[in-house]
Amino acid sequence: MIEVEHLTKVYPLGATTVHALDDVSLQIRAGEMVAIMGPSGSGKSTLLAILGCLDVPTQGVYRLEGQTVERLSDDRLAEIRSQRIGFVFQQFNLLPRTTALENVMLPLLYNGQRGREREALARRALEIVGLADRWRHHPNQLSGGEQQRVAIARALVNDPAILLADEPTGNLDSKTGMEIIALFQRLNRELGKTIVYVTHDAFIARHTHRVVHLKDGRVIREEKIQKPLVAMQEEQKT
Amino acid sequence: MNLPLIVENFRIAWRALLANKLRSGLTMLGIIIGVAAVVALMSVGQGATADVTSRVQSLGTNLITVSAGRLFTRLGPSLASPSLMSSLYYRDYEAVVESVGDMALIAPYYQTQATIKYENRQSQYSVVGTTPEFLTVRTYTVARGRFLRRQDNVSEARVAVLGAQTASEIFAGLNPLGRQITINGISFTVVGVLEAKGNMGFGGGTDDVVLIPLQTGYSRVFGRLAVNKGKRALSGILLSAYQADQVDTIIQKVEFTLRKQHNLTLRDELNFTISSQSQMLSALSGVTSTLTALLGAIAAISLLVGGIGIMNITLVSVRERTREIGLRKAVGAKRRAILAQFLIETLVLSVCGGLIGILLGSAVAGLLTASGLITARLTVNTLLLAFTSAALVGLFFGIYPAYQAAGLHPMEALRYE
Repeated sequence: MIEVEHLTKVYPLGATTVHALDDVSLQIRAGEMVAIMGPSGSGKSTLLAILGCLDVPTQGVYRLEGQTVERLSDDRLAEIRSQRIGFVFQQFNLLPRTTALENVMLPLLYNGQRGREREALARRALEIVGLADRWRHHPNQLSGGEQQRVAIARALVNDPAILLADEPTGNLDSKTGMEIIALFQRLNRELGKTIVYVTHDAFIARHTHRVVHLKDGRVIREEKIQKPLVAMQEEQKT
Repeated sequence: MNLPLIVENFRIAWRALLANKLRSGLTMLGIIIGVAAVVALMSVGQGATADVTSRVQSLGTNLITVSAGRLFTRLGPSLASPSLMSSLYYRDYEAVVESVGDMALIAPYYQTQATIKYENRQSQYSVVGTTPEFLTVRTYTVARGRFLRRQDNVSEARVAVLGAQTASEIFAGLNPLGRQITINGISFTVVGVLEAKGNMGFGGGTDDVVLIPLQTGYSRVFGRLAVNKGKRALSGILLSAYQADQVDTIIQKVEFTLRKQHNLTLRDELNFTISSQSQMLSALSGVTSTLTALLGAIAAISLLVGGIGIMNITLVSVRERTREIGLRKAVGAKRRAILAQFLIETLVLSVCGGLIGILLGSAVAGLLTASGLITARLTVNTLLLAFTSAALVGLFFGIYPAYQAAGLHPMEALRYE
């Protein structure tokens, strides 16, 4: 599903350069749930951005579902982001003064869906994350956990195979954070989504099949989780 | 680019406009003022054009003027006394009558300044010696009494017809008919008063005149300047064609006749000027439409300034909404989708400003007309011009900020604080 080989990302910083990623190779299979861990500055967000086609590597190869994408144009990358990848941010990044439903409909706008289909798909996505009845609310009327669910619904609305999340629980308290992780586990288990999230919390990381440890832009260790933790049984009832 | 996206972009733009009303209003202000200025000034210019046109037409339809001397030589100091360089004579008039008398009504005239005195009041007026045809050719009407008659010229009668303004200034409410005035010391009887026509503002007034029989003028009033070596000078000859389509033929025939009279070959420059009313009209409307264009251009400068204001605010807005742009790109917006979003936003701003400006400008034009200062004339073309230039200004000045927005890197935009 996701294959990267010898990935390097260099940023200019004043007179010098920073190696955010240094020869990273990684494979993620379809249906797998993976956590990327590391201290701040380890390059984990940069890696996720490249996996999400929000950024391109300086060197190396990235094959997404068999297609080489690291040299594609901006507009082709936008199409891939639109159709194959759902991205979830630490800051939720919902548009203010806009209802939950409209926020979820946003990605559909950019792939030319008609108004009626847009609304039906967005309602369906809100249903999956358990917010069907809150579609009318604006972000400032929703709790942090609910806002992140809206963001996840937005990531799901185009039915991508891959969900990428950058510190999805970073702005939430631990109970709410676990609810989000439980939601990811359900999406992985029931809908077969491939899920990759970045975290610096070892406990959160252990809710996946595999943890990739990053330090100074390098993969220092890959850890297979024999028995992934299962978050919050009660979440599954909603 | 798909239709739902364009529709959605208009909604986004409209919401952004309403979300920050004060800022939107201030942004639009430049466009509002610019468009209002274009509308108001162009209406004034077009009003002036219409005004001049109607005044020229009131001179009489199908009017042809033959004047002594070339137009530019007459603009010298000799303007007040055309006879000094006069090259048009009474016998020219007789030749013209012979040539085109069956195609036009013809009135010769000699004009000079003279002192008019009634009892102890006296003042300078334009005294015009002419024939009965003058009334019809210049489209005057007689208000009281009668106009000059053929017999007055034959008998060199000392009778005068007063312009409306002259009559009211000299007699101040008295009935002028039958009263005696003196022109340069010679006494005349007032036999008629003309209806007011309104002054042209150029080429002398039409209501502040004193009309006398031409022959009486030659023998009693105009003096030696007018009658030189037996030749009686004329200021001009007025012709009113019976049929509009004969105007050009008449002009040609008159020119031919006068060349012959003056012994001019075809290569010689004319020492008289023939102009038709339509030529005068086109010359004048040329002047006023240049004026209108100039006014419009000045107003367009404020439109330009308004456009720069829009660009400024949109640049700030792009900066403020960097994260929003990043997000839109992250969920699949292509460059041109972002480009369209910001272009449509500036378009909505400038079109709204344009509409408000049109209302404001029309109101100003209406007020000016109502105040009686100037007659402003609002045309659909002016409104269309103002509206399209506002929209184009919005689009043009939106291009740069929109490109900035579209070119943002999605990841960097998302991380922007």
